[in-house]
Amino acid sequence: MFTSQSSAAARIAKRRLLRSSTARRVARRAVSTQVEPPPAGGHLPGIATSKFLRTTRDAALRTPGITWRDDEHGAPVREIIGGRETRKMNVYQAVRDAMSIALMKDDTAVVFGEDVAFGGVFRCTMGLAEEFGRERVFNTPLSEQGIAGFGIGLAAMGQTAIAEIQFADYIFPAFDQLVNEAAKYRYRSGGQFNVGGLTVRTPTMSVGHGGLYHSQSPEGFFMGAAGLKIVIPRSPIQAKGLLLSSIRDPNPVIFMEPKILYRSAGTYGFMASSEAFPLTCIGNVVEQVPIDDFELPIGRAETLTTGTDLTLLTWGTPVYHCETALSMLANPPPSLAKHVPASLRSAKVELIDLRTILPWDVETVLESVKKTGRLVVVHEACRTAGVGAEIAAEVQKKAFLKLNAPVRRVTAWDVPTGLQYEKFVIPDAIRILDSIVETLAY
Amino acid sequence: MLVHFHESRVLPCRVALLGVTVWSVSKARLLPSRHRPGACARDATWQRADALAALQEAVAVGLEHSITPEDLVITAYRCHPFAVMRGGTVTGVLSELLGRQDGMSHGKGGSMHIFTPNFFGGNGIVGAQVPVGAGLAFALKYKGKAASAFALYGDGASNQGQVFESFNMAKLWDLPIVFVCENNKYGMGTSAERSSANTEYFTRGDKIPGIQANGMDIVATSQAVKYAREWTIAGKGPLLLEFVTYRYGGHSMSDPGTTYRTREEVQRMRSTQDPIRGLQRNLEEWGVATEAELKAIDKEAKATVDKSVEEAKASAFPKEVDLWTDIYYKGTAPPFMRGREREEVHHY
Ligand SMILES: Cc1ncc(C[n+]2csc(CCOP(=O)(O)OP(=O)(O)O)c2C)c(N)n1
Ligand SMILES: [Mg+2]
Repeated sequence: MFTSQSSAAARIAKRRLLRSSTARRVARRAVSTQVEPPPAGGHLPGIATSKFLRTTRDAALRTPGITWRDDEHGAPVREIIGGRETRKMNVYQAVRDAMSIALMKDDTAVVFGEDVAFGGVFRCTMGLAEEFGRERVFNTPLSEQGIAGFGIGLAAMGQTAIAEIQFADYIFPAFDQLVNEAAKYRYRSGGQFNVGGLTVRTPTMSVGHGGLYHSQSPEGFFMGAAGLKIVIPRSPIQAKGLLLSSIRDPNPVIFMEPKILYRSAGTYGFMASSEAFPLTCIGNVVEQVPIDDFELPIGRAETLTTGTDLTLLTWGTPVYHCETALSMLANPPPSLAKHVPASLRSAKVELIDLRTILPWDVETVLESVKKTGRLVVVHEACRTAGVGAEIAAEVQKKAFLKLNAPVRRVTAWDVPTGLQYEKFVIPDAIRILDSIVETLAY
Repeated sequence: MLVHFHESRVLPCRVALLGVTVWSVSKARLLPSRHRPGACARDATWQRADALAALQEAVAVGLEHSITPEDLVITAYRCHPFAVMRGGTVTGVLSELLGRQDGMSHGKGGSMHIFTPNFFGGNGIVGAQVPVGAGLAFALKYKGKAASAFALYGDGASNQGQVFESFNMAKLWDLPIVFVCENNKYGMGTSAERSSANTEYFTRGDKIPGIQANGMDIVATSQAVKYAREWTIAGKGPLLLEFVTYRYGGHSMSDPGTTYRTREEVQRMRSTQDPIRGLQRNLEEWGVATEAELKAIDKEAKATVDKSVEEAKASAFPKEVDLWTDIYYKGTAPPFMRGREREEVHHY
């Protein structure tokens, strides 16, 4: 695992590891035969050419579930796509575009957070202060609990409050405000008050070298907080449509943006990236994004590929790792070929992007699992009490007799994400392939 | 004062050493890698060497010089000088920056998380270290020790609610703690004026008295700390101590530090306020040391650091088994920690 291992103990440990399952042997060898260390986020041959990215105008305008919102309140919605334009955007530009539309159309909307008036560390608010004024797009002091509470107050006054928490790892100081105040506001006032205008945006998931406090995926911690919604987009179109929906949803929403997807492949410096390390992006996650105002549905998963043999469920960054795993399953590279039984290569896997974590789309997932009889859930957060645990429990209850294999979870290990261990902790395409093979062969 | 410094030749030595640590490492070694396109994983590790303390050395060195090993220190992520002076080594720090086995946290912490027995880290969550500092101080008082806790935080951190919560507890229970605000004028890209309604950080403790000192002058920092330590040890309760200093570099290795302030400002601070050059000038003027002597110290420090860089680079990567250690106290861990699958579950 680590190049410098040479002691006898390390050799024994390695041998012990190598004695484990076939697929794991594959994973080891695949890694150890590489000359260069894998890039941040692992090898993702398919991401720039991901077939889930809508890179033409026509494909973009036909995004499933899209609802156009180009008219003022009350006017009929135009369903026609003719005459609509798209522009090439990556995720951070799409996020910015959504906020720009929200600020333009809604006079009560304000955007605030640490350094957001300068564009924020990931550039998602670039130029918004200049465009809409510093009284609407402003920096806050460094105080996450304060930011959340302040946003709750604003929202309680009927305003649209769009807060940024600089990293999902720093949402914990705001945890109390979000779970005890925002989530319960409506309930505890017997419906007299609500903070539906609150949206908290925050960059999430790993980038390969974030270490303890720049790698976490805290969506699971909020899952039991009824009253909140949690949304995680996978691409520019999804980011824009889902963020506009989140901003307008009459409930407080935590919108988590996978930061490794923000920009095209490369490593970026400060104010174009993160506060304490350069942002490394894994691929050209670029789409033609409709420039009009549109929304995508919250609470609804999207089926990306249909299949009958196994359901692969994920959200955010791992969508692309799953895509890679599926292409390896169908066409294993020579180094993997002998570990992927030929009989499994033609398996039809149904890949679902969950998109909304709370409330999650039980119906779509169940329908799929009842058809396929097998479920693998992939997420970057740790396994114990992660989102996958809830999904597995629900699925085994509702589809027990339809299951042909135990529900399998591919997740981070139950350890903190130490800097040097990150690439081993976060699941990658090989781990996913491994679980698919074992679940299919169960 | 002069005699004081003269007696302690180790001090300028340390100042120089730290200065060079920061300079030679951050400039000569780290910056070039930042500009290399297509940085590979190894470079990325170098780039993690964020949050250096260049131009702020006088705070760390002055503080350490006026306290004893019984006193306790806790700070945020600008922790490298403390880690070296409170019992660590330059190699240990650099190895940690590289995420190596010889790192002071065995590569598990990284740049922001470095500890020694009387230095409670290296803390990455802004403001979180301050109430922890109050706990340290309570323990000192409880045990009847004639020692103080020093909790350091930035001008940006000073706006976190838990900092004020700590002030209240410390005054309520008269804890022997000095809240040290390193006001380096910026919290990432936001200047103090834009983040704080009151930028006189030494006045923000309500009933806790405060003093402000020049954080760019080692004489001032060490004297201020001496005073503060005596105050708390005399049982007078907590004290606020603001050091006015300046963050020379960007916030981190990926921040050029020039998008939200002018190059002229940075240059002016460097040419007029550099605490190391200031100290050198004074030592020469006062006849404590000659230019040649100081140059020799500098050279020696450079050599030490160069050697440490090589040692750090040669250090092994963390051990596989350590992925599972230090999560729970040895022997009290749950029977196993989950891996991705059955074979990877770690049994203690
Ligand atoms: C709770 C939390 N929020 C945000 C961050 C990101 N962050 C790291 S350092 C920093 C600025 C801190 O400024 P200051 O306290 O003045 O310390 P300085 O860096 O100037 O020494 C921010 C916002 C963090 N690490 N923790
Ligand atoms: Mg500061």
